Amino acid sequence: MKSLQELAAIRDKMKQTVNTRDTAHDGIRVVVGMATCGIAAGARPVLNAFTEEVARRDLHHVLVTQTGCIGICQYEPVVEIYDRDGTKTTYVKMTPDKVAKVVGDHIVGGTPVTEYTIGSTTK
Amino acid sequence: MQELSMNILDIAENSVAANATLVQITLNGQTAQKLLTLTIQDNGKGMSQELVQRVTDPFCTSRTTRKVGLGLPFLKMAAQLTGGDMYIQSTVGVGTCVTATFTLGHIDLMPLGDVAGTVTTLIQCNPQVDFIYTLTVNSQSFCTDTRQLREILGDVPLSTPQVALFIKEYIEENSAELYTGLLNI
Ligand SMILES: Nc1ncnc2c1ncn2[C@@H]1O[C@H](COP(=O)(O)OP(=O)(O)OP(=O)(O)O)[C@@H](O)[C@H]1O
Ligand SMILES: [Mg+2]
Repeated sequence: MKSLQELAAIRDKMKQTVNTRDTAHDGIRVVVGMATCGIAAGARPVLNAFTEEVARRDLHHVLVTQTGCIGICQYEPVVEIYDRDGTKTTYVKMTPDKVAKVVGDHIVGGTPVTEYTIGSTTK
Repeated sequence: MQELSMNILDIAENSVAANATLVQITLNGQTAQKLLTLTIQDNGKGMSQELVQRVTDPFCTSRTTRKVGLGLPFLKMAAQLTGGDMYIQSTVGVGTCVTATFTLGHIDLMPLGDVAGTVTTLIQCNPQVDFIYTLTVNSQSFCTDTRQLREILGDVPLSTPQVALFIKEYIEENSAELYTGLLNI
């Protein structure tokens, strides 16, 4: 069973990264819409899946966080990814099973998964 | 909402929005009485009595133009469907405590769902807030307190995905046996 001892080991492993660069401002941000509308549509499992995928691949400088209502409730769960240069990609109707591909192709590979973005649903 | 854990997330987000610096989430299951009690207590800005009345019953106030949310009515409905209820104690400038009671074993009791996922999400996305999560089943308890986690982490933020994944698995593993106890009624 996991104990808090393991947390100290994770701290030591992460420490170097944290000290050299500011994760929040110098990395990629994954932002999940989490107002009541997003939560009811299943935003939380999507956020948990992004977190897990980023952690398992041991990516650094990637922040997974939440925001309020993004304003396109009919497309919830909505996820916005802000790249290092500030470019925003909006993924809509996200599900946990789409997350691995987005992390692999977009966050690691640098190529957005266009078939999950808002452009492709409105077409 | 399909799971109680999602209501918990939604209600605790209200505490965060009310500028709470400490949010305490407790789930207490007493199998002999078939009673499950959820409380979400915060030290945020609080609500006036008038607002408390209004937020629990949106249908009473449908004539006003003011936007009324759905989070608290959803929780109230989920509790009442099992023969329980929800109530709010709040003092402006002091904080708010939302209590919901449920009948364990009731056919309309929603599954608890991924409470570890909810608590982790709150901790990870609101690193400026402290959270204490306590799960009690009969006489056994498990508690996570971000103040203790921070002490271990030093300057490594709670928002770090690797840290968040640990917290989720830590809560899951330490709650598993207690959850089983909850279902044995
Ligand atoms: N813990 C709290 N502290 C202070 N005010 C609160 C708290 N919880 C709820 N409120 C007040 O009650 C209102 C209604 O809450 P509710 O969760 O039902 O809807 P909402 O948060 O406004 O919208 P949403 O449906 O997106 O959640 C909030 O807007 C807020 O003004
Ligand atoms: Mg709300």
